[in-house]
Amino acid sequence: MSKLRFVGERTLTLYVPLCVCTLFILFPIYWTLSTSLKRETDIYTAPFKLLPSPATFSNFAFAWESVGFSTFFKNSIIVASATVVCVLVISLLSGYALSRFSFKGKAAFMILLLCTQFIPAAMLIIPLFLIFKSMSLISSPLSLVITYTTIQLPFNTILMSGFIANVPIQLEEAAMIDGCSRFKSILYVVLPVLMPGIIAVGAFTFIGAWNEFLFALMFISNNAHFTIPVGLSFMQGEYKINYGASAAGSMIALLPTVLLFSYVQKYLVQGMSAGAVKG
Amino acid sequence: MNKKTTVNRWSTASLPYLFITPALLMIASFLFYPIANVFYYSFQTYNMSKPYYNGFAGLQNFVKVFTDDPMFYSSLWISVKWVFVQVCLQLVFGLLVALLLNQSFRVRWLFRTAAFLPWAISGVIASLIWSNMLNENIGIINHLLMAAGLIHNKIAWTANVHTVFGSVVIAEFWRGLPFFSITLLASLQTIPGELYESAKVDGAGRWKSFTHVTLPYLKNTIILTTLLRTAWEFNNIDLIFNLTGGGPAHATTTLTLYVAQLAVKSGDFGYGSAITVVTFCLLLIFSVVYLKISRFGKDDSQ
Repeated sequence: MSKLRFVGERTLTLYVPLCVCTLFILFPIYWTLSTSLKRETDIYTAPFKLLPSPATFSNFAFAWESVGFSTFFKNSIIVASATVVCVLVISLLSGYALSRFSFKGKAAFMILLLCTQFIPAAMLIIPLFLIFKSMSLISSPLSLVITYTTIQLPFNTILMSGFIANVPIQLEEAAMIDGCSRFKSILYVVLPVLMPGIIAVGAFTFIGAWNEFLFALMFISNNAHFTIPVGLSFMQGEYKINYGASAAGSMIALLPTVLLFSYVQKYLVQGMSAGAVKG
Repeated sequence: MNKKTTVNRWSTASLPYLFITPALLMIASFLFYPIANVFYYSFQTYNMSKPYYNGFAGLQNFVKVFTDDPMFYSSLWISVKWVFVQVCLQLVFGLLVALLLNQSFRVRWLFRTAAFLPWAISGVIASLIWSNMLNENIGIINHLLMAAGLIHNKIAWTANVHTVFGSVVIAEFWRGLPFFSITLLASLQTIPGELYESAKVDGAGRWKSFTHVTLPYLKNTIILTTLLRTAWEFNNIDLIFNLTGGGPAHATTTLTLYVAQLAVKSGDFGYGSAITVVTFCLLLIFSVVYLKISRFGKDDSQ
């Protein structure tokens, strides 16, 4: 009897709310996927069918070829990957300094990193635009790589130093006693152990750079250099009526981040509790 | 012998400074220098479309902000409303989701992945997803509400002054929920189980142990995350920009969107900078007062 009550209570307090939440979160994504696979006529004449029948990939072909998503995709991959490389190298260095050394000004550096989190991105639009204009970097992907690297650095440095602190320092000491230089011991001993942290930081950086919109909209005026969010935004303006194609564009944009995200989400909670947002 | 000196050379006190130099350089040149510039521009007439008038303007921009710009007040009010509603909704439901996901049950990873998913979705995509659902003619929301008999005529959710705010709120809530779920879940996992056991021994029920153990333990995380989130939501632009463009009739023009429009459409960098400075000061005052009132860090529970 009490087991039955336990099951009933568990259903009411856990499974029912869990399913409601999941439905609320997943249904919009499912609905967009379904729209992207519907024929244009079906979207208008039978818009509420849950399953696309017949399913078609013509929206994807249209977005990829005619709208230019093949170009946007390539641009986004280049910008996001370059950002990931820059953020990883720089945050590894500063994260290592923070977790392995005590030095004068360390606390000040930490506070500086935290302060940057309160700088509104909107505050940077105008001055960064003028800076990049004076450097003739407007409409160049390089302006985006620089901006994204800078914006993502502080948070990822804190995250990275948390991950590095979890690597036992004895590993390095042992390697150095065996005759390794510090750089060699970082390269061959710390990095392999740090891999999950590197993957997590890299993935968050990639997702952030992949999704960024405001600066990309401001800095990139040439549509050969559009990133995916800017391409999608213009599509929404230009092809307002074409819901099939814009849904297909969304799905194309979603694919890399969702794959990456499902892979790293288990590190996410760990990484956060490693010290970043603990307060 | 030779090897030893190399090791020593790199172990000198300068090494940590060498390591943080790249980060410092980037932050100084592309975060702090630009911000110093904003303060400088705010005292200038700096308009891309009228370059002949550019020059020192004194307090003229700031006087205009406070005395001669109804758009400033209306967009400030919309921003405040937006941030308040958004952060409250996300915090309450994020905590609920975190509490659910903190329990152990089968296929928990599957539910976690699902619950965190919108984190990976950009504001632009979220706006496309929701404009599809909210569309007057083909949107499923009208269809569902009509099928349930709740409404009798189709509603143009994002084109109607009365419904547009609620529509953007729901769309952003959907996308922003994972932030609190993730951070609060991370925090929940650091609460030692013994605390609950001793609360149980003391005869505390579920609600009591929630208010006496869980909440005090989460306090600092909640204070810090709501503050961060307030700043982020205040500056959020991609979803509103794409879903409504600030309309209809400026009903969803937040302060950030207003500044972006000033800079992009009219090239008025001087005045835009002045509003940015005012905004920055307002956020700063809010943060200090908020931290004071919430007595951040002055709690011995952690």
